[in-house]
Amino acid sequence: MIKRDLVIVGGGPAGMAAAVSAYENGVKDILLLERDQYLGGILNQCVHTGFGINYFKEILTGPEYADRFIEKVKNIPEIEVSLKSIVVGLARDKAVTFLKPGRLEAIKAKAIIMATGCREKTREMVHIQGTRPAGIFSAGLAQKFINIEGLLPGKEILVVGSGDIGLIMARRFTLEGAKVQAIVEIQKETRGLLRNMVQCAEDFGIPVYFNHKISRIYGKDRVEKVSVLRVDDNFNEIPGSLFEIKCDTVLMSVGLIPENELIEMAGIRIEENKTSVPGIFMCGNCFKIYDLVDRVTEDSFLAGKLAAEYLK
Amino acid sequence: MMKKMTCIECPKGCRLIVDAEKGKVAGVTGNECPKGEKYAISEIENPVRILTTAVLGQGLGLKMIPVRTDKPIPRSRIFEAMREIKKVELTRPLKAGDVIVENFMGLGVNLIATRKTE
Repeated sequence: MIKRDLVIVGGGPAGMAAAVSAYENGVKDILLLERDQYLGGILNQCVHTGFGINYFKEILTGPEYADRFIEKVKNIPEIEVSLKSIVVGLARDKAVTFLKPGRLEAIKAKAIIMATGCREKTREMVHIQGTRPAGIFSAGLAQKFINIEGLLPGKEILVVGSGDIGLIMARRFTLEGAKVQAIVEIQKETRGLLRNMVQCAEDFGIPVYFNHKISRIYGKDRVEKVSVLRVDDNFNEIPGSLFEIKCDTVLMSVGLIPENELIEMAGIRIEENKTSVPGIFMCGNCFKIYDLVDRVTEDSFLAGKLAAEYLK
Repeated sequence: MMKKMTCIECPKGCRLIVDAEKGKVAGVTGNECPKGEKYAISEIENPVRILTTAVLGQGLGLKMIPVRTDKPIPRSRIFEAMREIKKVELTRPLKAGDVIVENFMGLGVNLIATRKTE
């Protein structure tokens, strides 16, 4: 089995910062594994501004923020980047198994940093009744369709939840000529940043219904409408408050969950800012869900430094 | 007249109270930094936003090229700007920061690429 000093799983902002930091703290043999064909992770599809204000003291888009780290990583020969590399196995003895096009590789690492990010909660996780027609997307998937694939998933949009991705996508759809019918939020205030309420919803006159929830999705082949109910602060439905909103697309923006199947597979427990196995570290959204990539960068630098100290 | 607004200059989202008469700002409170005052004045006199979107590339390494205005443009012209951006043809390789259209729509801003295309 090939031996490496440090293997980092995930080439998004967390993995890239961890790699740079580990190098700067003395690690000279780093393998950075990324399942996509590019480094940068989710930043690549976040074409809006709002990144880098704390870390770079500049207003950047996601791709620009990613680009700065991609260039850094590329200029450090001690960091080997392996793209299209999907890790499928992790063991407590720090054996990492990954798939590359056409082959399966196994590596024994002295230290590992997991930076696998998070994924979006789905309709199933918030228990919305109704049929299962086409036209229901997580907000981030719709973002990928529009910004990476150049496809517009719908024309009349209903956003469930007022998380940042949902707000950002309400604006994005509006700019592309779709009509955003409403943003429906079960809580009494936004889950996202206030600035996104202003520049994504208010700027475009998009109605936001706080203390409301979707009670049912209707449609045979494609989404046709949803029914909406008002709720009190304890989320109890208020009788007689039901009304309907016509739409062909429902976007789910109801939260993110860390992607930790590999850690779980290996039977590793997640502790304060490390794992139960010495030499296996975590950083970024797989560790906890962040609002700002700037903070991901800061914390991932620490993970890189801890890995370097472990290897000394 | 006192007007409430939320500053969007950074993720803090300061709640501002703006004393404004006839489109002119007499005073701003609630801001934690000088950007808040500047934002409030701009919001009353001429609201501006940086426009970000993505353009279909032709024969490039990326299908969609993310782009933005390098400086904010009047909010009232955002949809017009989107229509103009749709007309842009991207055929040569670009890197983040490369200018695609100089003095975009005569607004004194450049349209720039935000990602390397190859």
